[in-house]
Formats: sequence, structure tokens, C-alpha cells
Amino acid sequence: MPAVSKGDGMRGLAVFISDIRNCKSKEAEIKRINKELANIRSKFKGDKALDGYSKKKYVCKLLFIFLLGHDIDFGHMEAVNLLSSNKYTEKQIGYLFISVLVNSNSELIRLINNAIKNDLSSRNPTFMCLALHCIANVGSREMAEAFAGEIPRILVAGDTMDSVKQSAALCLLRLYKASPDLVLMGEWTSRVVHLLNDQHMGVVTAAISLITCLSSKNPDEFKTCVSLAVSRLSRIVSSASTDLQDYTYYFVPAPWLSCKLLRLLQCYPPPEDGAVKGRLVECLETILNKAQEPPKSKKVQHSNAKNAILFEAISLIIHYDSEPNLLVRACNQLGQFLQHRETNLRYLALESMCTLASSEFSHEAVKTHIETVINALKTERDVSVRQRAADLLYAMCDRSNAKQIVAEMLSYLETADYSIREEMVLKVAILAEKYAVDYSWYVDTILNLIRIAGDYVSEEVWYRVIQIVINRDDVQGYAAKTVFEALQAPACHENMVKVGGYILGEFGNLIAGDPRSSPLVQFNLLHSKFHLCSVPTRALLLSAYIKFINLFPETKATIQEVLRSDSQIRNSDVELQQRAVEYLKLSSIASTDVLATVLEEMPPFPERESSILAKLKKKKGPGAVSVELEDGKERGECVNFNPKPQRTSTPSPSADLLGLRSTAPASGATPSAGSLLVDVFSEAGPSATSAGVNDDGFLRFVCKNNGVLFENQLLQIGIKSEYRQNLGRMYLFYGNKTSVQFVSFNTTLNVQTKTVEPLVEGGAQVQQVINIECLTDFIDAPLLNIKFRYGGALQNISLKLPVTINKFFQPTEMAAADFFQRWKQLSQPQQEAQKIFKASHGMDTEVLKAKLLGLGTALLENVDPNPENYVCAGVIQTKAQQVGCLLRLEPNAQAQMYRLTLRSSKDTVSQRVCDLLAEQF
Amino acid sequence: MIKAILIFNNHGKPRLSKFYEHYSEDTEQQIIRETFHLVSKRDENVCNFLEGGMLIGGSENKLICRHYATLYFVFCVDSSESELGILDLIQVFVETLDKCFENVCELDLIFHVDKVHNILAEMVMGGMVLETNMNEIITQVDAQNKMEKSEAGIAGAPARAVSAVKNMNLPEMPRNINIGDISIKVPNLLSFK
Repeated sequence: MPAVSKGDGMRGLAVFISDIRNCKSKEAEIKRINKELANIRSKFKGDKALDGYSKKKYVCKLLFIFLLGHDIDFGHMEAVNLLSSNKYTEKQIGYLFISVLVNSNSELIRLINNAIKNDLSSRNPTFMCLALHCIANVGSREMAEAFAGEIPRILVAGDTMDSVKQSAALCLLRLYKASPDLVLMGEWTSRVVHLLNDQHMGVVTAAISLITCLSSKNPDEFKTCVSLAVSRLSRIVSSASTDLQDYTYYFVPAPWLSCKLLRLLQCYPPPEDGAVKGRLVECLETILNKAQEPPKSKKVQHSNAKNAILFEAISLIIHYDSEPNLLVRACNQLGQFLQHRETNLRYLALESMCTLASSEFSHEAVKTHIETVINALKTERDVSVRQRAADLLYAMCDRSNAKQIVAEMLSYLETADYSIREEMVLKVAILAEKYAVDYSWYVDTILNLIRIAGDYVSEEVWYRVIQIVINRDDVQGYAAKTVFEALQAPACHENMVKVGGYILGEFGNLIAGDPRSSPLVQFNLLHSKFHLCSVPTRALLLSAYIKFINLFPETKATIQEVLRSDSQIRNSDVELQQRAVEYLKLSSIASTDVLATVLEEMPPFPERESSILAKLKKKKGPGAVSVELEDGKERGECVNFNPKPQRTSTPSPSADLLGLRSTAPASGATPSAGSLLVDVFSEAGPSATSAGVNDDGFLRFVCKNNGVLFENQLLQIGIKSEYRQNLGRMYLFYGNKTSVQFVSFNTTLNVQTKTVEPLVEGGAQVQQVINIECLTDFIDAPLLNIKFRYGGALQNISLKLPVTINKFFQPTEMAAADFFQRWKQLSQPQQEAQKIFKASHGMDTEVLKAKLLGLGTALLENVDPNPENYVCAGVIQTKAQQVGCLLRLEPNAQAQMYRLTLRSSKDTVSQRVCDLLAEQF
Repeated sequence: MIKAILIFNNHGKPRLSKFYEHYSEDTEQQIIRETFHLVSKRDENVCNFLEGGMLIGGSENKLICRHYATLYFVFCVDSSESELGILDLIQVFVETLDKCFENVCELDLIFHVDKVHNILAEMVMGGMVLETNMNEIITQVDAQNKMEKSEAGIAGAPARAVSAVKNMNLPEMPRNINIGDISIKVPNLLSFK
């Protein structure tokens, strides 16, 4: 007799469902559903008390509507009322509604808890099971608080029915997972462990899930379960297929329980007790033997069940990793499965072999299957299986077979499924680096990778190849030659252009001897790709060009011509335009020596863990990331890697020549004449440098506009700024050097700014723009306060923004006579500020000039009768007024001293500029 | 642990969804759609395991799926479960449904959602397997039905009488129930892979 007879269904429900199914369109369906919802709502609200049957019918309708994806926002109360019914059917439908529709935050939990409490104490096993199911389905903290004490008692009580015990075990497991602090096993531990000996297999099945979870959290308290599990397993394994009656599934005795027992044992090391261990090894051998026996049934269910146990046994053998004999048998068995006609078995065999490959006993044995695995990668129809094959190749790779495996993976990439290409690319890149014996092979591999799957080559991969080429001088010439050849392909991937641009810019000279790759040919080749590239690549190419000017002076004219063209120098992209303008200027004003210094070959990168590995770990999901969190070494090192030619892209030619030491700030020494300021500081300026403000970066920016303002282990703050007349714009770049995101990222200036993104992803950078207007002259700089959370800890950093009065200088060219006339006009004592100080750096003429230009004034030649001296002139533009400013710097090389004299129409300005500048030499 | 159990038909219409971890209703629907998309585009006779979609936790989880006639049965599980074990479990579930409904078909799942939930609840609870013995499960379901009958005997009688009368007046009633689908009866289910 069928357990559910079909005649007595609820007719109203059936009609409603048929209606819905007959709806021709989504709109009609929604209309029908809304009609029904209105009907049910009115029935629930109506005065007439509904009988149990109607309530049940309406709740069923609601469930059906919910399943179709519509929100149900009523009926909860009716469902809760059904819980307290004495009728099984009503109670049951109430519980069903709640377990499907009520989430753990519901306000109804208290009412539900009451009903559950009644049912638990009812001693009616059916009601108890319903209540336990409900707890397990909702599993909220309130429920744990209410029942965590009660359920263990039900579980171990002698008079509890078996079916209730089963439910209680899993209910307790659910509460333990949700609120482990509330479930205290203490006194129950040993009685729970002894459930493994229970007569009823169903109770053991349910209890073992609970015990496995508890053991993995507190292995010591539960270690007595090992011997019990082994004896239970051995009884099952050695039993005839008929002994266990109903728990025999297609001639396999209790397959599910066997699997669970083998899983439980994987929470522990091999048993120490010799007898227990002997018994277990016997079991494992029996399981392996059974795999070779002819099947007792042709049905796939029989072999599935048998193999489920076999795979768990193999997992346990791999977990123990101590029985070479069993390991080899496991490996052979998996080898057989690799060629099995069942796809599922091939899949699982590949997966298990992956773990086996990491065992030292079996690594060699796994390697013998390489041809089969490669074949699987090539011929399997199912992408899931191919992916497992790729994983296994990655796992079995070592120095001896790296070349073969990498070659196979590369050729597979050409046809690989899009979903797994990126991961494949990372794996190839890692293997190529890890097992590179000669680096020319490495370079070939990565360039091939870019050629085949350029779109899937992430930044990390091409950064890494550049890092390696720069650090190993034996491969540089080869890399330049190869990349030059690769670029000759009519269509090459943008990533190839990036690598090519970078490497030729650094090492193009190594192949320039060959007329086929003369400097000009190299340049033309690169430039032929320029117009097809995105902005970041173009920027990189521009940097490569300026490097060419340094490497090959003969290309200077051609390159200057390119830089000078409107499409570069007037490019609508700020970054490109800036680079073009600056590089053009740099190439025309800097002497060969300066050029050679600025554009020197990149220094080797510090050796660090491959950033690619970090990326692969990240791809593998949150589990891997939390590992990185714990591992400080990895965290700091893996992401902060920026191979862009920073040095050449710094706009001011003086920037990198100023290796300025930071000195104490010259603040507060001069009387402040009124508050200053940058438009945004409409209120009074900041009083004094507050304690803890980081001044280090500040003075380095007096004579330059761009660079790194601040850097610690977590955060790097870069600045780019530009000024015109009394206006300025500053870009702040906050770079996260870690691999973990900063949350609640927040910056406050004692002025108003646009807010920044509150999240800074690991390795990412966010940008903030500040517009500045100088209202009147000022001394104190705006303070920048940065707060963010890294991991759990709140970080707080205060910095002075390098906005100084000299930023608003407008250079003024004038002749000698003019200069002296004005100098004399500013002869009142308070108009002059003077300082005599010792040189803190070398007194190199070019450096001095660069700094004075960086200050913003015009450097006047042939004005001072003494050619050793420097004179400058400029006008400081503020909104309120313009302040003319004259400067004279007299170096005394013998004494290593300077005398600096400032004259301006405003005493505070003279003093401030003098103070600032005196710190720079 | 089993994260979710989904049943949908060849067109992606959900016929049963049971989540053992909490997701918002929207996310649940998206997970069903994503899972259908992943599962339905696979050929027949490929393997029954694949990595989970992004919404349900990506490669941390596996989808174990079986296709019976018009229905896909998909169990989403984490790494603590045996793949083949779950495959067996799906088979036990379907065989149980088949016994309870006498040649189960898609329509049974549509019109008896509550029963299907109850049968499932006898097998899986809070994401863990409660019972794998089919006879035990059926015994429990039978016991429930008996209780239901005895209760219906008192309270349900009038309603059933009314429904019987109405049925007599509407001889064509069954035809309203989209008969096209009835042809999907699963023949000889046990021989299915």
C-alpha cells in the first residue's frame, strides 16, 4: 500500500496549483497569487474561527507560493497557533511552515519556544521529534539558550525511544555548531561516546555525526571513541551482507555508517594501542580486498556504495600516511579507477590522488600515472574531471617532470574552458618559476602563457616575470631577445606589450648590437603597438621611451619628436599628458649625467614569496585567506609589489635627486601673522603641531610636489600635487600594502574634504582629491587624520599635509638692475629674514639649482656679481594679496656653510620661506 | 554537512528547496537559479559532482546531482561528506518517494509538497543524515499517515464528503491539472542510474 494515498489531498490546494500552472505569463501568475494571498489574508483575519483543515490548506498554499519565490509576510502567527494544537496534522503543518519560513531572528521565537517546550515534555515521541526537528532547523541562539541543557538529557536517557534519540543527537549537533559556548558536554561526554555501541543502527548513524563534530573540536575529551569506532567498523566490515538486514544497501552492509566511522577516525592520529591498530589495519585491508572481488550485483548502486567505503578508507590511509604497504595498495587501486569507465570514479580517483601526491611514501607511485592523467586532461568530456586532472598534474609536479607537465598544461590552455583558465594560468606560472632550472625556459614559458591566454594573465604574473628578469642578470639578454621577437607578431596581447616595454626599456641595450634589433628598430616596434593600448600601458611605454633616450642617445631626436606631438603633449588623459610633458622637459634640460642617474637601471627587487602564490591562495576561498592572516610574514610580503618604473615617472626632475634627510620642523619660531590659508580652512588654522603628528614627510615636500609622504608596514600614502597662482590641487593615494582589506577607512582633514572609500582592499589603492586655495599667507600646514581598521585593530595616523606657502610662488624673471632696485626697496629690517647655517648635504651646484627651482621661484642667472651665489625671484599669490619675494643664497664651500637672505613685502612671508628653505640644504 | 537540497525540473522550476543554512529569500532564489544553470548545461553521462556556484560558497562546496526523467535532485554539501555516499542518499530519497507515492512523478511533488518535506525530514535533519534505512523511513511516514487518517476520520469527514460531491459534479476536473506533465511518470525508476 502506498504510504500517501492520492485521493485525499486538499482539493482547494490542488485547484490553486493547477491554476498557477495554467498561467500563460508571469504577470498572470502574479495576479493569481495576489488574489490568493488576499483571500488567505481575509480568511485569517475573519471572525469565523478556521477549522484545522482550512488552516492547513491555507498554510500549504502559502508554502507553495513561497517556493515559487514570492515573499510571504503573514501567516506566521497562524502557524504558531497550529503548534499548540493537539492534532498531529495541524501541529505538523505548523512546524513545517516555521522550519521553512521562520529565520533565526524572528520575534516569534519566544512563542515558538513555548510550544516546543510543551512538546518536548509531552513524552509523545512523534511530538518530541517534531519539536526537535524545529530546533534543528531554526537553530537560533535563543533556542540554544532554552534547550541546550535539556537535549543531552533526552539523548542519553534510558527510556527515550530510538527515533527520538536520533533526532536529539542531530539537534544537539546543530545547536553546538550555532552556539558552541552554550552546549556543555562535560558529564555527558562518555555516555554520548558510548552511543557508538547502541543496538539501533539509526541511533549510531545520527550519533556519529555529533561525535565527529565534537571530536574535531575537542579531540582529547573524545579520544575514547577511537577504539569503539574501530570495533564497530570491524563488526560491519566482517559481517555477511545479510546480517544487518535493513541497513544493507544493495548487498553492502551499512555503507553510510562505515563511511562516517572512517571519517571519524580521520580526526585522530593512528591508534597507539597495538591491538586496536591491528584490528583497524585488518579492516582497511578487507575493504581493499573487497574492491577486487567480483560485484554481487550489476546495479550501479552496489558499486557506488562499495566504492564510497573504499574512498573513505583510502582517505584514512592517506591521513595516517604511515603504512607504506597500504599507501601503495591505495595508490594502485586509484590507478585502476583512473581508467574506470564510470566518470564518477575517475573524478574521485583524481581527487584522492591529489592528496596522495603530497605523501613522501607515495609521491613516486603517483608519478607513474602521469601519462594517464595527461590523457584525462586531453580527452575527458567533463570539465569537472578535467579540472581535477589539472589539479593532480599540479600536485604531482616536481623537478623531474616539470617541463613535461608545464608543456601539457600550456597546450591544454589553448582549448581550456573559460571558467578555469585563470587558475590554470596561475598554476603554470607557479610551476614554471618553482622548477625553473634555466631561466630562459622560464621566460619562454611565461611569454607563451601571455601569448596563449593573455586575457587571463593577471597583473601578478607579468609583474613576477619582470621581477625575476631584473633580479637575474644571466637571463636579461635572452629575455630582451625573446620579447623582441614576440612583439613582432602582428597581433600581440597587451600584457606582452607591457612586458616588452618594460624589458626593452631596461635591457634593450643588450640586443642593440644586432642591426635587426637596433635601438631605432626597437623603438619603432614598441611604438607601433602604442595606439592599440590602454592608458596604463601607454604610460608604461612612455616611461620606456625616456629610458631609451638614456640608453641610446641616438634615439633622442625621434623620441622627443613623438613626445612633442599633440597626441602626447596635449593628450586628454592627465597621466599621459603629464608624462609626455615631463619626459620631454627632462630629456631636454637634464644633463647626460642627471639623465643617467634618474633613469638608472632598476635595482634588484627584494626576494620575496611569489605574489602569484598568494593570488592562487586567495582564489581558493576564504579558508586560505585566514591562513594568510595568521602568517605575518606572508601578509607583509606578498602584495606590495609595484614594478612600474616609479623613478622615471616622478614628474619633477629634482624629485629623486633630493635624498633629503628629515629634520626637525621649524614651527612656531616665527610670530604667526594671522591665519592663513587654504580656502577650506575657513575657520582658524590649526594651532600648533599636536603631539603624535607625523612630520617626517612634510619637509621633504617643500621643494617637490610629488612623492611618498608616509609609509609604514600597512599603508603607503603618495602625493601628487599641482599649483597655479593661488590655487592648488592635491591627489592623495592611500595604498594598502597588505593582502587584507582595511575597513572603516576614514580620513579627516581639519578642513573639509570629499570622503574617501571606506574600504581599502588588500593591495589596492584609493585616491582622494583636495582642492586648495590660498587666501592669505600662512605658517601652519593642514593636518590630515587617517583612521582605519586593519584586522581588528584601529589604526590612527596624523600627518601634516605638505602645503607650504612657497607652493604659491609664481616665478618672476628679471634683469640684474631690476633685481637690485627691488632689493633696495625692501630694505626695512622686518622685511628681511636671514639665516646662516651649516650644510647638511653636499653642495652640488645642480642639486642646489634643482631645489631652488623646486621652491617655485625663478632662478636668475648673471645677476649676482659672485657667480657662486644664487638669486631668485618670485611672487606669492594669495587671494588677499600678492607678495613679491627675493632670495639670495650664498654658499661657502670651504666652511660648508650657507647664508640665506629673504626679502619680501611682508615680514611673515620672509621669515616663513626662510625657515622652510633653510631646512633643505 | 548538507547545505541545501534542491529539486527542480528540466525548465528550472523549483519543486522543493530546503536550506540548512540561513540565506535571505532573494539569495535562496538566486542560488536555485545559479544551481540550475550550472547543472542543466551539463551533458548526460558526465560525472555527478561539480563545484558549487559562487553564491553558495564556491569551491568550498560540491554539488552532487542526479537527473531522473524530468527532475534534477541536487544536494549541496561541504567537504565533510562522501560524494558517493550522498549519491546513494539521493537514490534512497527517490526510492522512498517512489514507495510512498507509488511511481512518483513530478506532479506528486507539486501537489504534496508537505508530504515530501515530511519524508525528507525523516532522512535529513539540520543538514545531517538522520536515517538511511528506507524501511525505517517508510515506517515513520506510515505512522504519520495513520495518525492523519484517524484525525481526519473525526474532523476531516465533512470536508472530504463535500469534496467528493464536488468531484462528482466536475467529471472533467483532472483535465485542469495540466495533463501534459503526467506523461513524465518515472517508469522503472530503480533501473535508472
